[in-house]
Amino acid sequence: MARRVAIVGTGQTYHKSHRPDVTSREMIHEAVTAALADADLTIRDIDAIVIGNMDHFESINYVDAYSVEGSGGVMKPIMKVSTGGTTGATVAIAAYYHVASGLFERVLAIGFEKNSESDTTGAIITCSDPVWDRFSYSGAIPSLATEATAYMEKYGATQEDAALIGERDRNHAMNNPYAHLRRPLSVADIMNSPMLAYPIKLGDICPRSDGACACILAADGIAQKIAKRPAWFRAAAVRHTYTWFGDSTDYNQGLVSMQRASKDAYAQAGITKPVDEIDVAELYLPYTWAGLKWIEDIGFCGPGEAARFVSDRNTHMGGKIPINPSGGVISTNCIGATALLRVAEAAIQVMGKGGKRQVPDVKNALATGFGGCFWSDVVILSSEKP
Amino acid sequence: MDNAAIVGVAQTKYERRKKDHIFADLVFDVTRAALEDAGLTIDDIDSVVTVSNDFFDGRTISGMAVGDASGGQDKNISTVSGDGTFGAFYGLMRVLSGYKATIVVAHYKGSEGSLPITTNGMFDPIFHRHLGIDAISSAAIQANAYLTRYGIREEDIAQVSVKNHGNAKHNPFAQLPMEITVADVMKSRKIAEPLKLLDCCPISDGAAAIIIAGEEVAAKCKTKPAWVKGVAHCCEEYFLGDRDLANPVALRDAARRAYAMAGIRSPMDEIDIAEVLEPFSYMEPLWLEGLEFCKPGEGGNLIGKGITTMGGKLPVNPSGGALSANPVLVAGLARLIEASLQVRGDAGARQVKDAGTALAHGFNGPCGQSHCVWIVSGNR
Repeated sequence: MARRVAIVGTGQTYHKSHRPDVTSREMIHEAVTAALADADLTIRDIDAIVIGNMDHFESINYVDAYSVEGSGGVMKPIMKVSTGGTTGATVAIAAYYHVASGLFERVLAIGFEKNSESDTTGAIITCSDPVWDRFSYSGAIPSLATEATAYMEKYGATQEDAALIGERDRNHAMNNPYAHLRRPLSVADIMNSPMLAYPIKLGDICPRSDGACACILAADGIAQKIAKRPAWFRAAAVRHTYTWFGDSTDYNQGLVSMQRASKDAYAQAGITKPVDEIDVAELYLPYTWAGLKWIEDIGFCGPGEAARFVSDRNTHMGGKIPINPSGGVISTNCIGATALLRVAEAAIQVMGKGGKRQVPDVKNALATGFGGCFWSDVVILSSEKP
Repeated sequence: MDNAAIVGVAQTKYERRKKDHIFADLVFDVTRAALEDAGLTIDDIDSVVTVSNDFFDGRTISGMAVGDASGGQDKNISTVSGDGTFGAFYGLMRVLSGYKATIVVAHYKGSEGSLPITTNGMFDPIFHRHLGIDAISSAAIQANAYLTRYGIREEDIAQVSVKNHGNAKHNPFAQLPMEITVADVMKSRKIAEPLKLLDCCPISDGAAAIIIAGEEVAAKCKTKPAWVKGVAHCCEEYFLGDRDLANPVALRDAARRAYAMAGIRSPMDEIDIAEVLEPFSYMEPLWLEGLEFCKPGEGGNLIGKGITTMGGKLPVNPSGGALSANPVLVAGLARLIEASLQVRGDAGARQVKDAGTALAHGFNGPCGQSHCVWIVSGNR
């Protein structure tokens, strides 16, 4: 039986489009130092480290080895996991297994990306199969644009419906001192922004950010001593449903990886009515339409109901299930850290450390990762030890 | 630690160029073969760890290439970017956390990349990369440091190449089974002082898979389980100038922790066979020192005394090791597979007699910066 595990500290950098003042290793150090301070620990207390990013963004091979001076990994066990956009959640989940297995007591999870040092789209293009997929689905935007078009066609959703997601998240970012884009954006602003690939406009899509995030996980018995209110793992589920982008284009099915991962996670956590039982969600929504379609797949509302569910302000601060109090991915996107930021922000909400972005009385918080070939990670954290 | 075992293993034959196989083909073959070896079906597997590296595959999110092939379609899956021994470590942690069985797959095609470029990418982009340093030239620096420190002769480390290529003749998966002499190694083409062609591993294509399971699944497998007794990993400093390259401190730390878990006090007496990752000949004695099979500086004598040869007290790399096939990342998993086969008694012509306890080793990063050590045993 797995040991119970909780997040007991989080740390993140202030996110910007360009951090010429630091190397990626120094940026990692900022996040790690902040997480250690949050948990009132020193690096000597850490038994093992899990780190992740995407190799081709910084062009550093063996980042686990390269980063030790920033991560604190000198003479410690350090392991690298990397799964594209989901990397951050994958790192958190790997750290969870480090502790749950009984082999380690206190583990540091780190995600980072210095997008300013990369050609983001140039790198992402190479994820597609070189023979079959690369010529049709190069980069991140085209596959999302076809998904959005199919969703609009099927359910009659409008570009304005999607833009409301952008307005919501960008407004939420005003409460988050760490967010990259802290300037409110209205539906009208988004509608007037330049078209990138129909129907995705500049205001609909995430930025490229420099930044790092770190979380400290600890075992049952130790976690309670470190944190007043640890954020306990109740579920961790991953589905890499697709290997080929071509297979992911049956848009009538919805985002199958999210449906399956959330079903697995709800079963682990014993959750039957997600909207009633989950108090806040930090979702990896890289573009606005995801905030419609994917909340259907995760079971917050029925198929085709998302536009109404969102416009009724159920997902705004003060609503039934606030989504992305941090401002989400639309406001901050340092890719290898992005999904770990979702987990960290969910932990912050459970631990009651959200400051102006805090949702009151959070018991259960859900975080997701999205990436790779339409893959999904789901983590559920709780103030109650399972 | 709860009981967990390696219950199924598979490798492709390692070759210079597998032109007719894409990554997914290689992984599909070893996934099926590992399941057959264990007597399990993919439905018995509830967790998948793939091992790959975006640099070596020339592909961002390299795990994407093998999701279907590894059987990960509707299972909890992840990707370790590093040596196969680290991927297996993650697989083990998942089993210890409650999964019934994890399959760990690794793939690599050296034929499709340029190692000088991809391993140059290991080095600091500001201070070192423009020097052109790569896996081979950094290994040469380490070899010089080690040989000079202890007065080890090039002929001494050449014996490792002779032994391992000779052992490879009994391993049907090895790429370079060869009958060679120390003189052959000494007169082979100089690659980077003091390393010559036959001191260096070949470029290889291949894949490997293992299945790690808890007691419940292990009981129903058709193979004898290789029980995990101890495992640990550790990483040292990054900059070569900050390190003592002739003193593998991270390996020593990992080994000590793995031995402590396994209850091993005297490794030379209690371990029957070792499979260590030695892409360069000097690495085998250096790692044996780090693993505390001997005192610092004495690694070079082990082979001369016949200790590490087949029939010796501690046969090292009966498979032929990485010198005989080095599909990077896969090579560490292959060491663990070979150690498992030895304690199962299934190593065929390369079987070491009465191999009760075996050690497997792999590493990440330049000059062995981060090491992982496994102890497996035929006895629960």
